Amino acid sequence: MAILSLNSVSKSFGALKVTDDVSFEVAPGEVLGIIGPNGAGKSTLFNLITGNIRTDAGTITFDGTDVTGQSPMARVKAGIGRSFQIPQPFTHLSVYENLLVAANFGGGQGGREAEQLCVDILDRTGLGDLAEATSGSLSLLQRKRLELARAMATSPKLILLDEIAGGLTDGECVALIETIKSIHAQGTAIIWIEHVLHALTSVVERLMVLNFGKMLTIGAPEVVMDTPAVREIYLGIEV
Amino acid sequence: MNHNSKIALPVALAIVAALALVPFYGSRAIIQDLFTVLTLLVLAMNWNILAGFAGLVSVGQQAFVGTGAYAMFAAVILGGVDPLWGIVIGGAAAAALSVPIAIFTFRLNGAYFAIGTWVSAEIVRLSLAQWKALGGGTGTSLPKGTTQEMFGVQPIRHLLGISNAAAADVLSYWLALALAVATLSASYLFLRSRAGLGLQAIRDNLEAARSVGVDPARLKAIVFVLSALGTGVCGALMFLQITRVTPDAAFSVVDWTAFVIFITVIGGIGTLPGPIVGVLVFYVLQRLLADYGTLYLILLGLFGIAIMLFARRGLWGLFTDKTGIELLPLRHRPPRTATPVPGIPPKIVKEGT
Repeated sequence: MAILSLNSVSKSFGALKVTDDVSFEVAPGEVLGIIGPNGAGKSTLFNLITGNIRTDAGTITFDGTDVTGQSPMARVKAGIGRSFQIPQPFTHLSVYENLLVAANFGGGQGGREAEQLCVDILDRTGLGDLAEATSGSLSLLQRKRLELARAMATSPKLILLDEIAGGLTDGECVALIETIKSIHAQGTAIIWIEHVLHALTSVVERLMVLNFGKMLTIGAPEVVMDTPAVREIYLGIEV
Repeated sequence: MNHNSKIALPVALAIVAALALVPFYGSRAIIQDLFTVLTLLVLAMNWNILAGFAGLVSVGQQAFVGTGAYAMFAAVILGGVDPLWGIVIGGAAAAALSVPIAIFTFRLNGAYFAIGTWVSAEIVRLSLAQWKALGGGTGTSLPKGTTQEMFGVQPIRHLLGISNAAAADVLSYWLALALAVATLSASYLFLRSRAGLGLQAIRDNLEAARSVGVDPARLKAIVFVLSALGTGVCGALMFLQITRVTPDAAFSVVDWTAFVIFITVIGGIGTLPGPIVGVLVFYVLQRLLADYGTLYLILLGLFGIAIMLFARRGLWGLFTDKTGIELLPLRHRPPRTATPVPGIPPKIVKEGT
């Protein structure tokens, strides 16, 4: 059974259709990549999955339950974690406290168990030395790491990563890929929106292409990237 | 608990004990002044939790002061209950009123929320001004001797060898002190809790808070109702001491909201010691500038503007930045050593991280 299933999901902002009859499934533990040009509706699709934006039509099923009408909070507790494209830390809280909020509320954990989970995630994401730093003082790259760490602290069954590798150096990108692979190795399903294609294709098992809110194709990365329509969209972008 | 906190606790207990003993050596005027300071502190601490931690910038707190006062007067005059029970009823009435106000104002954000709370307070004021049994627009007084006959006054009179009226003042003062200590303790415990952490996350970023499972509406509603309860109890106590209530006095936006905002902002919004510092500075400024008439308010405003421009975290924030001393810290610190979590290899966390 799929961990996530979208069935004919659509969303419009006024006359602009940003998600147009999108249907796909993600298997438990699978890593799915999403690519598409700017404005293709990738982040909107994430917002529809997390409940930050309501669907106009279609259904979203997560872990066997129809979550279409559920609040974002209920979906996090059900096991959908996310990072934002533009990092959104709790700026007056420390890095550690950012994770503790997520572990307490999203992960439903408390006491020593939550504290230890946060410490371990901070170490795995390279934020251990910044645990007590105020998150508002972090650099952009550190904030991106915090986005990933905070999503992990909700103990998700499915984690949504929105352009988390953007702006990273090659070395940082390699470290990030290793972290994402370790999340995958724990059995967590991942949907990853990314423009850094070499990072994406080194991890994902399937690739989906969005354009003008429509799903163009979905399948094995090498097959998808060889599709004429995709080659046209990505003409000039090195894979 | 850090080193400063370990020192702070016995110092705080000593200060509370010294304040509790003031009626044994202080004059009635000092007791009345301290009563004013303590009640303003309670109002400021409640507003600080609302605006400084929950991001709910209300300018309608006078609704709960007035409702607490009027409910207490109604309970005493119409219900014949002891004024001390009247205070409890006042708090309960304010908390009950906060529910419909929350249903209306929580649909609004930012400046619109602030205006919504002020409008709500005006509606309550105008409504209570129609209540003829409590004097309508001109208000009413407690029946003569009510405060002197309330529970606890006679033992205090005998203990301190003072008049009935002075004993009533002492009782009100002790109640204000207990309320201030209870409000500070409850604020600290709440903000250190899981719910308090969630509240601070909401203040910083609503969308991100939702994305990690925090329910903003629920937490804000809890804080709004609890803050109304504390403000209502305080309102009832303040007007019990005055023994007279009018709609204009009980629902004064200047006295119960503007001054309270001033106190919190100059002391340090979003910090627990901030309102304590703020109320002391406010009291000193009031005493120093009392003879300058209208100029007093202008100077108070200029002082507030200067603080907002040059010390945005208030005087307490400035002190903390300069000295590194933190009293009543709210920060959660990571555990120092790791214990194995299933599926994750154990690691030793560096000291100080």
